[in-house]
Amino acid sequence: MSSGNAWFRNYCLRKSLNENSQCTSAYRKSGSFSNLTFVAFCYAYFIIMWDHEIKAMASSHAIIASSVFMATVLPAVFIQGFSVYGTHLLWLYSVTGAVSVVNIAVFWLLGISQPTKKNTLGYKLSRLVRSCMYLLLSCLFYHTVVVLYGAPLIESALETFSLAVLLTSLTTLRCLCVLGPNVQAWIRVFSRHGAMSVWDTSLQITVACSLIGAWLGAFPIPLDWDRPWQVWPVSCSLGSVVGYLTGLVVAPAWIHFHRKQLTYKSK
Amino acid sequence: MKRLPILCLLLWLCALFYVGIYLFVSGFLLVRLEVNRTSACDDVLQPGGQQRDFCGAKPRFKRTLLLIVDALKIDFARYDPANKTPRPYENKLPVLEETTSLRPTHSRLYPFRADPPTTTMQRIKGFTTGSLPTFIDVGNNFASSAILEDNIIHQFGQIGKRLVFMGDDTWESLFPKKFQRSLPFPSFNVKDLHTVDNGILQHLYSTMVGDDWDVLVAHFLGVDHCGHRFGPDHPAMGQKLTQMDGVIRAVMERLQNDTLLVVMGDHGMTDTGDHGGDSQKETDAALFLYSPTPLFPGPPSQSEPEVVPQTDLVPTLALLLGAPIPYSNVGQVLLPLFPEAQVQGAVAGLSQLEALWVNVKQVNRFLETYSSMARDIPPESLAALQAHFSRLSSAYLASSPASSPASRQELVESMQAYLTAVRETCRATWARFNPHKMAAGLVILALACLLCFMVSQASGALGAGGRGLLTVPVATAAAVAAAAAAGQAFTRGSVELTWCVAPAVLVSELVMLRGVRRWVGAKVEAKHWSGSAHLLLPPLLVAGLRCASLLSDSYVIAEGRVVTFLLLSLGLYVPVRLHWDGHLLPPPHDPQKPPAGLLPPPPPPAMVRRESYVLLGCLGLLVGGAYLSLSFHACREEQGACTPSPFLSPLARMQDSRLKNLHYGLSLGALALWTHLLRRWLRHYGNLNASGGAVLAARWALPLAAVGLGLNWAVSGTPEGSFRNLAELIGAAQVALPRALYALLGLAAALLWADPLTVFLKTRGPAPGRGSRALATAAPPPLPRYRASTGISPHAELQHLIPQIYQRMRRSLEDSEQQLAAGREVDTRPAVEAYGLGTVYSAPLLLLCGLLGLGLLLLHPEGMAVSFLLLLLEMAALLHIHASAISLAGLQGVHSGDFSVPWTPLVLWALASSQFFHATGHLPTFSSIQWGAAFVGFPGGHSGTLLPATLVALNTFSSHILFAVACPLLLFWPLVCEVRGGAGGGGAAGQEEGEDAVMEMRLRENPQQFSSALLQLATRYLTVLGVQVLASVCAAAVLRRHLMVWKVFTPKLMFETCGFLVSSVFLLVGVGLVLRTDLAVGRWFRRLLHADASR
Repeated sequence: MSSGNAWFRNYCLRKSLNENSQCTSAYRKSGSFSNLTFVAFCYAYFIIMWDHEIKAMASSHAIIASSVFMATVLPAVFIQGFSVYGTHLLWLYSVTGAVSVVNIAVFWLLGISQPTKKNTLGYKLSRLVRSCMYLLLSCLFYHTVVVLYGAPLIESALETFSLAVLLTSLTTLRCLCVLGPNVQAWIRVFSRHGAMSVWDTSLQITVACSLIGAWLGAFPIPLDWDRPWQVWPVSCSLGSVVGYLTGLVVAPAWIHFHRKQLTYKSK
Repeated sequence: MKRLPILCLLLWLCALFYVGIYLFVSGFLLVRLEVNRTSACDDVLQPGGQQRDFCGAKPRFKRTLLLIVDALKIDFARYDPANKTPRPYENKLPVLEETTSLRPTHSRLYPFRADPPTTTMQRIKGFTTGSLPTFIDVGNNFASSAILEDNIIHQFGQIGKRLVFMGDDTWESLFPKKFQRSLPFPSFNVKDLHTVDNGILQHLYSTMVGDDWDVLVAHFLGVDHCGHRFGPDHPAMGQKLTQMDGVIRAVMERLQNDTLLVVMGDHGMTDTGDHGGDSQKETDAALFLYSPTPLFPGPPSQSEPEVVPQTDLVPTLALLLGAPIPYSNVGQVLLPLFPEAQVQGAVAGLSQLEALWVNVKQVNRFLETYSSMARDIPPESLAALQAHFSRLSSAYLASSPASSPASRQELVESMQAYLTAVRETCRATWARFNPHKMAAGLVILALACLLCFMVSQASGALGAGGRGLLTVPVATAAAVAAAAAAGQAFTRGSVELTWCVAPAVLVSELVMLRGVRRWVGAKVEAKHWSGSAHLLLPPLLVAGLRCASLLSDSYVIAEGRVVTFLLLSLGLYVPVRLHWDGHLLPPPHDPQKPPAGLLPPPPPPAMVRRESYVLLGCLGLLVGGAYLSLSFHACREEQGACTPSPFLSPLARMQDSRLKNLHYGLSLGALALWTHLLRRWLRHYGNLNASGGAVLAARWALPLAAVGLGLNWAVSGTPEGSFRNLAELIGAAQVALPRALYALLGLAAALLWADPLTVFLKTRGPAPGRGSRALATAAPPPLPRYRASTGISPHAELQHLIPQIYQRMRRSLEDSEQQLAAGREVDTRPAVEAYGLGTVYSAPLLLLCGLLGLGLLLLHPEGMAVSFLLLLLEMAALLHIHASAISLAGLQGVHSGDFSVPWTPLVLWALASSQFFHATGHLPTFSSIQWGAAFVGFPGGHSGTLLPATLVALNTFSSHILFAVACPLLLFWPLVCEVRGGAGGGGAAGQEEGEDAVMEMRLRENPQQFSSALLQLATRYLTVLGVQVLASVCAAAVLRRHLMVWKVFTPKLMFETCGFLVSSVFLLVGVGLVLRTDLAVGRWFRRLLHADASR
């Protein structure tokens, strides 16, 4: 898979019809194709490669999404009285755990994250420690933001923090998986020309969708309908998970339909 | 710079809004004057004229039992034996049908038609006063909801009846201390079907059996709550009605012979269980009358009324129990309950004719009193009614008991016709929405919003030459108004002003819209439009959400938090958007890129980083301020678990002296910081050096007012009874201090208006260089360099002169700095210094804000000083965020360079003004108005109503006022902050020097752009506010049948419209001050030139 990634990078470069690219030089040299056929060939090749990447993304997203469903369904089988509203925190932790584990596993296997230069144990360890620290900081950050947005400060602090943990697992963990513990890169990604691969673009989309979902989830809270899902933080966590799932679906689709406009600069 | 056209255009736009609001409100809110007179026993008008003690005569009934079942629709009360498959609400009250068919002389069931608004409180008012309550019954009980108008409960109390009440606690607030025994139960929770009913049932029967009551009122709420919760078509409703059936049976069993039982619903309900509107399902309730003694002469006859209006209960009950009819009653007695002629003597009480005559005279007396107080009853119908009455009067006096039954019958019918006519006249005046006016108002408002938006988009083109834009619509308006007036006079003989104004405004709006579109078409390309539409999206979304939130009662109740939420969201959007566009961070260093000559050089990263930090820091301030402001909120009664802010209670009410001192210290600190920050800002930009009126106000009035305010708090905070020997002094100080403060602030504002210039010109002469930047000086020049341009026309010279002065000033500043830092030689270049010229527009505006803020703070409880400080800080944060965003965009070369203010800061501004409306302890409910403000400086009360109303309005809308006045600052702030970029940019300062640091003088250099930007700013702010009003108006119009319409939406509508009025007026004040300053600056430059030329 990681070789696929490298290929993909090459084809990203080739999209701008770089003179030095293998494809170009190979077919230029042979001279057996006219210019037009060459472009068509490259384009077809390009689409195949794109499809390859998008397929990988779609399948990984499908795995992650199914893990969310499993995290909802499986505990209901094993635990008496489990429900999304009734034992909300339990559901929240189960989704958090499932998403975290599956995300880490998928991205590890796919090898999306930047190849590390050093391979020593100490370096790996420091990366791990830094990742954990970032996760913790991100939990605290989300907690603060949610409180500033109007969540109760002292009562139901556990619920608020659980929501922060969920948001962390949906957004920060994914950042960590794709970009590594590198805050500058995280900040860089969330700008118009910041994405450097389809995975970055999908990261943009899923993170934005989860956060917007959580934001929209706050809307029904003041209504006087007295529904179980209006209790804090059920609507927000539901909103963020639904947003995340939407992001998982939308990201490959959006990339597929905008593949002609997408150009990635390499570093 | 065009001053007058801008002001005229803004005034015209505001006037359009006002007309729309007025039209809608006059169609929606029905106003009636309360007549505060009561009937008495001796003024009841005797039949025949002989004096008889009316109350002393033996009444027909000694006692009455009023069983009110809330929302008992007539359909619930009917019984249809043929119906084999009844719905849950059908055939559940068989007792009524059984009784009416088995004992026809003892009982009747009537449909009982209520008048809109069909809400419980208005209905209780209606069937106790016999009048038609409107939303606003203007009386002197604005603050409490108690009924002061004459009513039947009061009359019963007057004649010595012992009143007992149980049930819905609305009665307790409407009739405080009128009942001998009262068992109110909370009515607020609509979900609760049983508390009130079970509470009543616990006490009802035991009370009935006892002998210590004459009038018993029991108000059941279960049916109504069941309707709201489940709708009528639900098994729960069946259970509830069956329960009521049992109650009625049990009550009838226990009734004694001298007692009249009235079972009634106060209104009906729609098929979804709601009420409040005027459809027949909502208005038609049931009325069931029963007595163990025969009540009616015989079984129901043809002549009986098909439907009984709700108002008719009052005179009927009053006359049956021997009480005078309440003064303001417009109902008529229920004739079948009275015998046709005086046959049985005293037992039967009044005959039909007598009862009607008493009724007619009372109604006529009320009509005369009312028409002398108010003019809303049309004079022609009034005259017709008077004529009818005099005919009746002579006919009645001529009649005798011996006259034929036919003539008596004729007289009865004539009297009934008179009473019905009066009722219909009153109803037409008071109790009907006017859908035409409402629709006209809505359309005019919507068009005004659209027009404002279009003008704001096209303001660039308009500023360039929108001459004649206003004249055509105004002329059209006048012409159409005249035509409408003439048409009305021709067809109907009378002219109604409303229907002249409405078409005139409508047509002129359309004409103006066409004019603006032509201008847009001429000057603005389509590309510009699409671009701006794209930029508009997220602030538009947030503004749309805000408007949508006005359509739901839950969101209106939680409005304070909703607004804060939206404010934070839009505030966070600003840096996210900047980052997305790549403006927040310095562009990455690109070694591959050749240093292109075509592209502008990238901005220095240090500068970008600094601006970003300022932006983020201010965002932090905004977020922190918004979060802290949540702790100053008051509580609505609908919010269950909510404690009002401790800062809201005045110091005098606090018991704990340590807490009191803490609060006082906190308030004083906030006050001192408020004053200090303003003065510091002014000093920083050199606006405190001159000697004009504005500077006088800033130097002396501002600190003096702050000190006075602190003293005033100390005086008003002293607990009663302490310092006995100083009591007189304290009393005097409580009057004198606030009045002196009003006078001082008024004087300062007048000075500011008279001389808004805060520029200090240092022409010649060496002065000792001080450390302060603003006081830096330079060596005496023999001749200033700008003399060189005197030969050109004065206008061109003016254009040339301003940057020159600026360059000089800046250079001299830098020189002195360098001199201080490195001890270099003094540069002997010629220099002219004009201190404070860079902030010549914003300084008076800010000063006015500061003065106004102190004045408004005087009207608030002391603790609000902290909230006002937060307001100032948040305002500054918003301004800085806006300025940083603009300059960041400018640094990356994206900013277009004109002065237009984008939508985002304006929406933020409007949101912040609503946010601080709540954070200064206000709520959009009438009960939360801080009436104490009217007595600041006037502890003895007022004689008129204008002054206290003004004080209360100023108190209520203080946040709207401050934000509206300060709105033009959004235009100036990016220019004010621009000097930082030049001065602090290290190496880059050299390039920019002299060219860019002209601050607000840029605006004078481009008067065209200045006027169009100012116009755009004002119209955009008006648009944002106007759309909110439009949403509120739509909510009231669409949801006029909603349960909460009179409780939530209508108060919200009134506060929103009043807030708009106040905001727009003070926006005009702010814009006016800017224009005034511009005028003064122009004069100042001319004087400068003259002085220079003559030298």
